[in-house]
Amino acid sequence: MVSAMADHVDPAPGLAPLDESRRRLLMDSLGIMVSAGGFGLVYGLSARAAGFSPIEAGAMSVLVFAGASQFVAVGYVLGGFSWIAIVLLTAFLNARHLLYAAALAPYVTDRPRWQRALMAHVLTDEAFALAIAHFRRIGRADVTGYWLGAIISTFIPWNVATLVGVSIGGSIPDPARFGLDVIFPAAMAGLAIGLITGRRELVAAISGAVIGVAIGLAWDPAAGIIAGGILGPFVGMAVRPRAGEHGREGQLAFGPEPLHEHAVPYFRERAEHALDDPESGLP
Amino acid sequence: MSTALVPLALLMGLVTYPFRAIPLLAPGFERLPERAKLYLRLVGPSVLAALAAVNLMVVKANDEPPVFHVGWEWLAVGLCVAVVGLRRSLLIGLVLAAATISILRAVGVAPLP
Repeated sequence: MVSAMADHVDPAPGLAPLDESRRRLLMDSLGIMVSAGGFGLVYGLSARAAGFSPIEAGAMSVLVFAGASQFVAVGYVLGGFSWIAIVLLTAFLNARHLLYAAALAPYVTDRPRWQRALMAHVLTDEAFALAIAHFRRIGRADVTGYWLGAIISTFIPWNVATLVGVSIGGSIPDPARFGLDVIFPAAMAGLAIGLITGRRELVAAISGAVIGVAIGLAWDPAAGIIAGGILGPFVGMAVRPRAGEHGREGQLAFGPEPLHEHAVPYFRERAEHALDDPESGLP
Repeated sequence: MSTALVPLALLMGLVTYPFRAIPLLAPGFERLPERAKLYLRLVGPSVLAALAAVNLMVVKANDEPPVFHVGWEWLAVGLCVAVVGLRRSLLIGLVLAAATISILRAVGVAPLP
């Protein structure tokens, strides 16, 4: 109802009309849909190779709905690790969603609480990327557009593909012959590359890998992963970003500023980078 | 059909949801200290890189100490990283990685794990 009423609001100067922005959102969503479907299929195959049943793999895709941590769970279950370690690592890995939700929050403060609670469950990397770009174009929230990006293009393809993958995975006799065993490290490395937006992220990633391998060899692989994940960011924080990275970092981490009355928090976020590098300041 | 891992999925969902919901449901979250936000931003690449590196390079048999592993799997994962870095397509990178190691194993260059 709120969304339907909002559809008839004329755009402010400099902002795209809702219909035009939704068309662009739809086109962007198609690419995400293919990607989510393909990746979900790979997850389903990996889950099957680790001994997950369709119900277990499906439950994880519905209840967790976070690709990286689901792949982690597959790897850890396969390795016989404890549930506590898996749950802790899941929390650690998905902590970045705080940033996505914080970036979207100013747009949706006037939405009913139940709606925001539902939006939260389907907030993924992809949903955030689609939603923040769409909201920015129109300068306000569009809940229908959010559902399109989060549910139609991500949640449904991911879950359908998971079930297909875990169902057909059982018919593959020796997954390693088809290279399925490298899918997990390749997916983790690829996702890490996708999150590298500047020197700090790069240093944090390299540090996490080096620390993880060192502790993993000296003690235990699981301890190495946790140590790398905890300590790597501290090394990254000690590095100064390049001058040109200031603005880009702010945009990628917190999203571009909305052009409406809730814009103030975002300008405050931008100022953080001046504190990071007081000698050179903002570009 | 096994449902033994469903409670694990539920627990994983329970620890994930607050990270997604708190900023949307609790006004004023943006006042989190800047250093904390920066740390959170760096956690993703750090933990994912640690996962990839340890999974690829550290092998631990049942009662044996962990050993450093060097193998053709490095090439496959490296190709995936290159594709994602250059083309921003994880799916293509994963397909290429699996195809590469699969071919190398089929022709006998790379041993099966």
